[in-house]
Amino acid sequence: MLKIMKYTLSDLLRSRWGLIYLGFFLLLTLSLLWLSGDVSKVVISLMNVILILCPLIAVMFGVMYFYNSREFTELLLAQPIRRTDIFWGQYLGLALSLSLSLLLGIGLPFLLYGLLASSEVLNFFVLVSTGVFLSFIFSGLAFYIALRNDNRIRGFGLAILVWLFFAVIYDGVFLLSLMLLKEYPLEHYSIVAAMFNPIDLSRILILLKLDISALMGYTGAVFRKFLGTGLGSTLSFGVLVLWVLVPAWSIRRLALRKDF
Amino acid sequence: MIEIRNLHKSYGKLEVLQGIDLGFEQKGRIAAILGPNGSGKTTLIKSILGMVLPDKGEIRVDGQAIRQQWAYRERISYLPQIARFPENLSVRELIAMIKDLRGGHAEDELLIRLFGLEPHLHKRLGNLSGGTKQKVNIVLAFMYDCPTVILDEPTSGLDPVAMIHLRELLNEAREQGKTILLSTHIMSFVEEMADEVVFLLEGKIRFRGSLQTLKEQYQEENVERAIAHILQGKQAVEGNDGNSQTAGYKLQATSLKPQDSRSFTPHLLTPHN
Repeated sequence: MLKIMKYTLSDLLRSRWGLIYLGFFLLLTLSLLWLSGDVSKVVISLMNVILILCPLIAVMFGVMYFYNSREFTELLLAQPIRRTDIFWGQYLGLALSLSLSLLLGIGLPFLLYGLLASSEVLNFFVLVSTGVFLSFIFSGLAFYIALRNDNRIRGFGLAILVWLFFAVIYDGVFLLSLMLLKEYPLEHYSIVAAMFNPIDLSRILILLKLDISALMGYTGAVFRKFLGTGLGSTLSFGVLVLWVLVPAWSIRRLALRKDF
Repeated sequence: MIEIRNLHKSYGKLEVLQGIDLGFEQKGRIAAILGPNGSGKTTLIKSILGMVLPDKGEIRVDGQAIRQQWAYRERISYLPQIARFPENLSVRELIAMIKDLRGGHAEDELLIRLFGLEPHLHKRLGNLSGGTKQKVNIVLAFMYDCPTVILDEPTSGLDPVAMIHLRELLNEAREQGKTILLSTHIMSFVEEMADEVVFLLEGKIRFRGSLQTLKEQYQEENVERAIAHILQGKQAVEGNDGNSQTAGYKLQATSLKPQDSRSFTPHLLTPHN
């Protein structure tokens, strides 16, 4: 598995898209730091970009990479290699290459700016790690979608739909449900509902760490109370890990049953 | 050694393989798997490699059942039908990668020289022509010394010089006592190289035997015409009188796709001098 991962990683790191992704983050972070000069404000701006862009790029890139490397996958399938190793290796290679682009693209400018000397190290760390989590989660979902659908158009359509659902539609439905159910106590409901959306969960984690949860009013206080505790943090971290593991496990299940 | 018992495979409603029983026990023989497009050749080959998972039936390679196994592929050299590789890698890197993944001794340098691939070694695979890619494909398939060799359309895109080398490689493998399976559309290649023929039609074996038997059964001079007879549904000649040929055309040979330029049929049915 590690060998397949290594080759996927080196293939992707040299590809044009990988470089564009890296360049985008470099440019964005550099210009944000240049323009605002306030590290914590830059972290918030980057958060909004990461929460939307990382899932989108991961899901699209994942589907694209899977379909493009289909013949290569067939070549590997004819070699004495376990099926699970092939698909997990490719998945890890993809998720790692996206994470590396993110890490370098955001990390280098921050380091140049003197991040280590500032008090924002922890916030920066939370920001980048949620970005990495989102990259893993959504490239896993992408691989699952692509494995399920041999039809590329449908695969791409579903991938966009999944992103749209978690990034936009889910929030809308969530807010609507909060409005409709406003007569009832909603603390637990809203916490549970946030757990089912990795993007929401990441956003809340970052906002809590940035200590601006007061801006979120009553809900913010509830989340602060719940997620601020050791149990809350562990739980939300655990849920994010689950969000990585479940698609990865589903990839294995599908890969073992699929014809090539 | 390959044993296939009662192999069934369907994709949705389409039954691609309908109860295939086949054994390749004798070593040092080349078996050609023939049939029109959609007859199940590639599905059969991919089932042996574990890339396609059969619905029913069993495949054994060297006595070992292959379901959910992977290590047995170390003993198979496989040449896939379409040679498409990761485009960002160079030829050298691809060969190194397969060697790295498989481990063990490989005769890649010899084969690279044989097929004149030296000038292409540092080119990216995406920039290679179809014929050159097929040569790389052949190098990858033959660089390991495996007791079983499976080739899906090995001749496609090859120039005459490379064809000669391919024949040499096949003859050498036969002399070494390997079990060789190949599928092709080129009947002259079959006639020249194969020891026996397995003819698939609509997922069933319609004929299995030596080239000589095939020609005798259908009283034809060459394989191409004999196979055209099978396709047209004519009965094999029984006895010696030669009058028992019944031209029973079977119209449900729907797996033939005449609109496909790579189709088997036009090639088979054109009058041959």
